[in-house]
Amino acid sequence: MSIQDAREATMLGRRTDGTAVRRPLSPHLQVYDMMQMTSAISISHRATGIIWTVGAAVMVWWLVAAASGPEAFDTVQWFLGSFLGILMLMGVTAAAWFHTLAGLRHLVWDAGYGYDIPSVYKSGRMVLIGTAVLTALTWLALLISW
Amino acid sequence: MAHPAADTDRPTTLRTPLGRVRGSGSAKSGTHHWWMQRVTSMALLPLTLWFIVVLATSAGMTQVEAALWIGQPFNAVLLLALIGLTFHHTASGLQVVIEDYAKPEWVKIAAVLAVKAVCALLALAAALAVLRLAV
Repeated sequence: MSIQDAREATMLGRRTDGTAVRRPLSPHLQVYDMMQMTSAISISHRATGIIWTVGAAVMVWWLVAAASGPEAFDTVQWFLGSFLGILMLMGVTAAAWFHTLAGLRHLVWDAGYGYDIPSVYKSGRMVLIGTAVLTALTWLALLISW
Repeated sequence: MAHPAADTDRPTTLRTPLGRVRGSGSAKSGTHHWWMQRVTSMALLPLTLWFIVVLATSAGMTQVEAALWIGQPFNAVLLLALIGLTFHHTASGLQVVIEDYAKPEWVKIAAVLAVKAVCALLALAAALAVLRLAV
């Protein structure tokens, strides 16, 4: 079956035996504008959670290296101070702050507050601005202490 | 979906009248997985903030300084809590992502088990490192 019209994408059903049938399907991703802030922040919360696992793995490397001795610790410190290391740490810092703030937003929702559309957009903007500010502050503190 | 409890303004339960009368809950773990993700996330808020502030304000630590800092009882206890909660939260979060997207059932089960194994081993390795410096 070739699709001539994009709207036909919502009409490609399958019978239980797997054969194709033309019938309307439940709305799926194609009916949504994925550039909306609501859905973009939602999927970014997942993505940043996955990115943060890289940071958790680096934390393990750092702790194990500190327990192993000066040579292993120098290696991890060298990597974290290299171009690639700094790039990775900056990415993880931004992802971590985003995931933290978006997670707080989820906890507020779980408590039963902030579901109306104006509040959702307001808290979404707060997450984005907060991520930028807190990431900048973290790196400012890091550069000062370096 | 009409809610049967019309006597309250705000419904406090989504259970059907039949479900309430029978008194049976979930046949599996119910909301435990979801709730533990919330509990670990709340505990991780202060712990992670503490760890990030320490790391960001002492970037050029030598191995001796780092080992001394990790080995102090106060720091070691908080680090052990941070490690356990971090990998509990990571494993349960990745599990949900896998369950949503991984397609054949055996791939899903294998991926979830692999994630749990890696998270458990990383947590144990990090905990051993902290204990070696603290004990």
